[in-house]
Amino acid sequence: MKSTGAGIIIETLIEHGCDTVFGYPGGQVLSIYDELYKNKDRIEHILCANEQGAAHAADGYARASGKTGVVIATSGPGATNLVTGIATAYLDSVPLVAITGNVPCDLIGKDSFQEVDIAGITIPITKHNYIVKDVARLADTIREAFKIAQSGRKGPVLVDVPKDVQQAECEYNMADPLELMKQPTASDDEINLAAQLISEAQRPYIYCGGGIISSGASDALIRFADLIDAPVATSLMGIGAVPASYSNLIGLQGMHGNYVTAMAQNEADLIIACGARFSDRAIGSKFRYSENTKIIHIDIDAAEIEKNVPVYLGIEADIKDTLIRLCEKVQAHKNTAWLKRIGVLREHAGMLSKSTDEARFSPSGIIRCVNKTADDDTIIATDVGQHQMWTAQYYRFEKIRTFVTSGGLGTMGFGMGAAIGASTASHRRAVLFTGDGSFGMNLNELATAVTYRIPLTVIILNNGVLGMVRQWQTIFYDKRYSCTALNRKTDFVKVAEAFGAVGYHAHNMAEFKKAFNDSYNSSQVCVIDCKISSDEVVLPMLPPDGSVDNIIVSRGEI
Amino acid sequence: MSRFVIAALVANQSGVLTRVSGMFTRRGFNIDSLTVGETENPEFSRITILMNGEEHEKDQIIKQLKKLYDVKEVSVLDKEKSVYRELLLIKVKNEAGTRQDILAAVDIFRSKIVDYSPSTLCIELTGESSKIEAFIELVKPFGILEICRTGIVALERGCNYLIKDKYRNK
Repeated sequence: MKSTGAGIIIETLIEHGCDTVFGYPGGQVLSIYDELYKNKDRIEHILCANEQGAAHAADGYARASGKTGVVIATSGPGATNLVTGIATAYLDSVPLVAITGNVPCDLIGKDSFQEVDIAGITIPITKHNYIVKDVARLADTIREAFKIAQSGRKGPVLVDVPKDVQQAECEYNMADPLELMKQPTASDDEINLAAQLISEAQRPYIYCGGGIISSGASDALIRFADLIDAPVATSLMGIGAVPASYSNLIGLQGMHGNYVTAMAQNEADLIIACGARFSDRAIGSKFRYSENTKIIHIDIDAAEIEKNVPVYLGIEADIKDTLIRLCEKVQAHKNTAWLKRIGVLREHAGMLSKSTDEARFSPSGIIRCVNKTADDDTIIATDVGQHQMWTAQYYRFEKIRTFVTSGGLGTMGFGMGAAIGASTASHRRAVLFTGDGSFGMNLNELATAVTYRIPLTVIILNNGVLGMVRQWQTIFYDKRYSCTALNRKTDFVKVAEAFGAVGYHAHNMAEFKKAFNDSYNSSQVCVIDCKISSDEVVLPMLPPDGSVDNIIVSRGEI
Repeated sequence: MSRFVIAALVANQSGVLTRVSGMFTRRGFNIDSLTVGETENPEFSRITILMNGEEHEKDQIIKQLKKLYDVKEVSVLDKEKSVYRELLLIKVKNEAGTRQDILAAVDIFRSKIVDYSPSTLCIELTGESSKIEAFIELVKPFGILEICRTGIVALERGCNYLIKDKYRNK
């Protein structure tokens, strides 16, 4: 069958089970949008307010569903607006295919109108990218892009298609998606050595990251942790990998992780890192990180092994497959003394955080209130900053892929797009926790949420300041609050109303509860502006490049 | 710190060199020399990189190179079992007082004069980097006008090769 390049793009997207794309039209993607118009009933296009929002939406779609997210943008500024979104997906290993239009081939390199070398720009933030100059290569290139995005450690791929290639015709034959690249697997020797180290360990500690989620290894991980009787901690990206109610889970580790994980990993004699990458935010100082502990690091990306910390045993393999094989190999055993010690740490941590008053109109009170009302399937998205860390600390995630947050890149402005995308993919209600700073970055996407009737509640923890930066100024810059007081006159309720959403002010828990209950049962997009104190801080805090000795657990230490 | 040579088989496409060299910059590794040329199969090029680094940096570079989709094979060449060559073109002053000394050096180093003008001499020399450097030092007093070096190319001796059968020209 003869088809145009633009037609081939739509057909190959459908080949890969793509039902929704996010994007923004423009001069050099007119042909693609013409095909989208003709194929309305086969593929839905969600028009965002800005290409950045579209990229975050495609990312949120992928995080919530595990499928590859697709975003379309025009050349030049359309393409450059995608950059933050692509980098966000890259740092968190989210499968994404970005399709950009470009000027016709004979205008490339001439600084033509809206021309930019987007392939050059995105080299360091994509797994791979393409400029397709021959329509005969287009179908295979898009198939390859999907293959790369989903193979091994997942990530974004960009395909840049000049306008004349979209318009050119060639023969198109439908095909199945390409087989994914071969996954690396652990050798028998590696499994045996790991099993031996595990059975010798008396104080094992499991550190799990986003790899557990992308590999679908949750059940295997729980079986493994039960078998070897070890506590399980997660990085920010690992939240939701195991249910919050799982008895061995001790919670979040890292800069704003809890006291138990910080102490436990320092006292452990074996750390088993599963699909995690020892990011500076997850471990603090790499030189002082668990100095006397043996580490087994299992990751699908060989380059992660010994990138940040030296390890005793590195295994380049799919985490699910490896955990299943380890379960067959290790003997079930009990680490009674160790688990007792963990229990003591938990009690101690409980006393440290006792001062948190749930009835007070505080971040923890607000988040726990939402947690009580919302069902376990609700998508909880965040932006970046204090509110994000509080959500990670206080919200109890029972289900995989319900927590949508920008971990590696830490992208303020991520949340609106991501919540829209995640809700679209899962057909579930979404709650976005954001701050007045983050929300200000991309609140234009309220228009998208209202237009597409996304069941979304936006909760602004509004402290009038850039809270996380201010917290650092408090602790490390002697309270010199440079440019972190926003002093804005923005009325978020009026903003919500102007966009066609419903707005609520909340000044206390009772008002908040009522507003949230109303919004949760409403089909409209709602925004709840919660005025909280600008002096709220995220604790505990492991200062950058610090170790367990430097951890700040209470306000008095600041 | 040690010096080592990496050989990589890559897709012969525009942009591949940018991807490879960009990865080095981004990860904070320095390249001492880099050469690239087509292989016997025009679909692939071979890149030879000379660099300085610690052992763990070497491992990291190899792994990061392997992650690039266009990079097909990577290996660190065994110093003892490989042949390294570099080509030097060097232009020196052609003066009556020093001409005989230059010609003697050219002869001893088994290099070649490839251009001769009343005021300049252009010399071609191949060899290992140490030989090239020794020659440059030797002719320095005579007045070097211009130098151009290719950087290292290298092949392992004997039956070891980077290029697997599946990448050969059919």
